[in-house]
Amino acid sequence: MAQIIGGYFTSHVPAIGGAIVRGDQEEPYWKPFFDGFPPVREWLEAERPDVAVCFYNDHGLNFFLDKMPTFAVGAAHEYRNEDEGWGLPLFKSFAGHPDLSWHIIEQLVGDEFDVTTCQSMLVDHALSIPFELAYPEAQEWPLKLVPIAINTVQYPLPSAKRCLALGRAVHRALVSWQGAEKIVVIGTGGLSHQLDGERAGFVNPDYDRFCMDSLAANPEAICVDSTKEIVRKSGSQGVEILNWIAARGALGAAPARETHRNYHIPISNTAAATMLLETT
Amino acid sequence: MTLAPDTPPPPGDSAPIFGTHLFDGCAAAKGYALNAMCFSFNEAANREAFLADEDAYCQRYGLNSEQLDAVRARNVLAMIEAGGNIYYLAKLAGIFGLNVQDVGAQQTGMSVDEFKAMLLAQGRKAGED
Repeated sequence: MAQIIGGYFTSHVPAIGGAIVRGDQEEPYWKPFFDGFPPVREWLEAERPDVAVCFYNDHGLNFFLDKMPTFAVGAAHEYRNEDEGWGLPLFKSFAGHPDLSWHIIEQLVGDEFDVTTCQSMLVDHALSIPFELAYPEAQEWPLKLVPIAINTVQYPLPSAKRCLALGRAVHRALVSWQGAEKIVVIGTGGLSHQLDGERAGFVNPDYDRFCMDSLAANPEAICVDSTKEIVRKSGSQGVEILNWIAARGALGAAPARETHRNYHIPISNTAAATMLLETT
Repeated sequence: MTLAPDTPPPPGDSAPIFGTHLFDGCAAAKGYALNAMCFSFNEAANREAFLADEDAYCQRYGLNSEQLDAVRARNVLAMIEAGGNIYYLAKLAGIFGLNVQDVGAQQTGMSVDEFKAMLLAQGRKAGED
């Protein structure tokens, strides 16, 4: 049966893509952030997962406001990146794992998560940058992808509690999957940041620390708040913590073990964080 | 801890958040044309068409006068007031070579250097805690 090796969580700030292209990893501004990734790379190199189940949010590449799913699961053979409109490099394509995608979809709808299914789906920097950071030398990605997009754009957003439950339903699907793959769960985005409004530039290290401290053993503590309260505490785009919460759910209800953490302010407008959790 | 299925939202949920505009259905409906135009900027040819004749391009997407004025003034807060969503507006800003730090500076009334320094100062403060 399949094995869930653990979870990899990281911010996905677009500017990171530019820094990678320019080779700025050792620049004083960027180094404290990039220094968070050798442990991620070493862990993935040792574990060699075959599939990534990745929770992220689309930033207006695949989804527009004409059709905005709350939860969308990719079931494509291939996921391409395309021009996002503001000069980011074009990122590598991913091979999909449609059989596992449909297995997850069956479980989710069976568990009354009535998700949108996508047999054609572009993926943006929020998905690509975490892989660029984790596999900087890769010519092609060494693992297949099941992307799960969560609406963090247009309110009402799903609650944190609901996202945790979604993740746990994904966990049930992974546990019952009959394949022999090793699976890594990924959550991208956050932590505290705000791009829009007079409060732009807001970050909240205390709240971020609370989220990071809660993630492994008590993610429910983050889920007490409504999405609006999360925005109050972590900023308009800090609400991307929903992706982390869903990914944590996909590791199962048992406590996980935190094996790595890096936290740095600022990367662009963002309090950037990277974590690894292993399942026990 | 476990959460009861009927956990109510916490008190104070309706209180406004300073300087924060939740992009709800009302805003999404109001801003549809503006955001649709910005979404089109995923394609390079559309960015070039906008630069070649900005007013004609805005007219094609049916922007209302509030949205037209906000775009002409390059005023991000006015665009948000007119229903713009930052994820889409960022594509418009990108046409002018502006990133989210430029946009943040404009919205907070700071220079870009001041805005960047404000973020760096928050990092230093967090490091001392």
